[in-house]
Amino acid sequence: MSQNGDSIISVRGLKNAFGEQVVHEGLDLDVRKGEILGVVGGSGTGKSVLMRSIIGLQTPLAGDVTVFGQSMVGRDETEAKNIRRRWGVLFQGGALFSTLTVAENVQVPIREFYPRIDNQLLDEIATYKIAMSGLAPEAAMKYPSELSGGMKKRAGIARALALDPELLFLDEPTAGLDPIGAAAFDQLVKELQKNLDLTVFLITHDLDTLYAICDRVAVLADKKVIAVGTIPELLALDHEWIQEYFRGPRGRAAQATETAEVSA
Amino acid sequence: MSDIAQFEEVTEDGRQVLRFSGPLTLARLGRLPDRLKEVSGRGMLVDVGGVDRMDTVGAWLIHRLVHDNDAEVRGADESTSFLLQNVAAADKPAKIRPDRRPAFVQIMDQMGTATALAGKTMLGLLGFFGALLVTTWTVIKRPRRFRFNATVQRFEIVGIHALGIIGLMSFLIGIVIAQQGAVQLRQFGAEVFTINLIGRLTFRELGVLMTAIMVAGRSGSAFAAQLGSMKLAEEVDAMRTIGVSPMEALVLPRVMATVLMMPLLGFYSAIVAIIGGGLLCWVSLDIPPATFIQRIREVTPITDVWISLIKAPVFGLIIGISGCFQGMQVEGNNEEVGLRTTAAVVQAIFLVIVLDAFFAVFFSEVGWV
Repeated sequence: MSQNGDSIISVRGLKNAFGEQVVHEGLDLDVRKGEILGVVGGSGTGKSVLMRSIIGLQTPLAGDVTVFGQSMVGRDETEAKNIRRRWGVLFQGGALFSTLTVAENVQVPIREFYPRIDNQLLDEIATYKIAMSGLAPEAAMKYPSELSGGMKKRAGIARALALDPELLFLDEPTAGLDPIGAAAFDQLVKELQKNLDLTVFLITHDLDTLYAICDRVAVLADKKVIAVGTIPELLALDHEWIQEYFRGPRGRAAQATETAEVSA
Repeated sequence: MSDIAQFEEVTEDGRQVLRFSGPLTLARLGRLPDRLKEVSGRGMLVDVGGVDRMDTVGAWLIHRLVHDNDAEVRGADESTSFLLQNVAAADKPAKIRPDRRPAFVQIMDQMGTATALAGKTMLGLLGFFGALLVTTWTVIKRPRRFRFNATVQRFEIVGIHALGIIGLMSFLIGIVIAQQGAVQLRQFGAEVFTINLIGRLTFRELGVLMTAIMVAGRSGSAFAAQLGSMKLAEEVDAMRTIGVSPMEALVLPRVMATVLMMPLLGFYSAIVAIIGGGLLCWVSLDIPPATFIQRIREVTPITDVWISLIKAPVFGLIIGISGCFQGMQVEGNNEEVGLRTTAAVVQAIFLVIVLDAFFAVFFSEVGWV
């Protein structure tokens, strides 16, 4: 129970299915306050569906999802709103509003939840958030269709961070970024997490990100979370997929870089 | 510890000091930003030791205060100084709104853009028609490249699936023509001419015209939306790289479907409208169906049927080309798909009505009255 006390997200007995196809069955997961939890799994194991279930976009067939100690299943809109202002979500493709500029996109959550903030401050907030996420200042005035894939992602991050959330959901944040940008992003998340007490739920395929910033990693397979732990803990497990994932050629390369950095 | 961000202004050793307390976060700002605007004083000291929680918005406010007043920060712990450094690093002046222009210039700009766009659209439509003719010619030369299945599938969607709604619409139109005609003609004691009205109006004009409007709304819009979404998802580009011509695979089957289905649907529409009119004549004018059909055959010249059969494929061509052309013009974002879909329907209906006027004058002039 002591673990339950400081877990910010807790998923119990989750079941999700699309028609005949069962994605999750009896899935349990805890995300502790202040940690960066990486979620990995093969394609089609339902990583994004798990995230959607937690943030309330997907109603599960069975099971319970608790965020900030409050159940998310069957919650009405007004109550859910109070929870939503405490998190930020970055979707896989950025999911920017295509009819708004980048700056306006960043301002949307602030306008929605804090209508009393005046326009000047809003503009300033949007400008520094955009700069912080690594976009050039000129990008603020552009529309999503004028941005490259990586820039869209950064703009999405700026919007996810708009409310200075306590909890951040990132769906493959570094996919589509160049290695320099991806490393800078890892650094940004790590520092924000340290200084803002952020909890991060991070879906990724990027082994470098896993080694660099994740406190724990949850492995999704066989419709449930088969293991959660630090990477050394996972490596000690005798599971074929986990071993292949972390000990495969790419896993070894990422591990080597990490060890080299630590010893240097 | 208070629940909302606060600050107080004090003087320590003759130096102005702003002492912040409480949570300096976006959710708990309250009226702090407004109050901070009124504060000034060069070289002041900003004490953030009493702040229990700070986020980047709070850090930004402190940063701005310090920056504007050449002030000094005191009492910042590690994470606060990190935040302050971070927002300071992100403080790059940027323009996030375009400059406003005078209203007159804006109106002139809009007018010019609209005119240029109209011209460009007409030219583009003509070019598209040309490209379609070229494609048709290559397919005629090499019939194996003709997409039979795709075309038949379009026939089903454009033609067969429209039978229900076009039938219902035509039936009601037939009733309305008969009823209104009967009411007006009764004043002259010429109720029997209601039959002439129904027969000639439905075959010569309304059958095809109403069908064209319905097909433009049903299929023209669908073409634009489908092709537009495919362009956005880079499906059209993918096709080109694989070596499939989008004109052959996407446009030709659709345009053929509207061209070939329009005469059939138009004829069907006229027949159903006549049935509707006949029903009303039977019920309210006591003209039995046998007499009605006999009169229809006497008063409707065969040229009326030819006219509708000549107009229908032309209207179909316009609808198909407008829909596909607008769909292929989609670029950028999803809003464009909506705009182009609307444009396809408006353009198709407008051109159909303009051409219908030409046809009306033309056929009267050549003696098909």
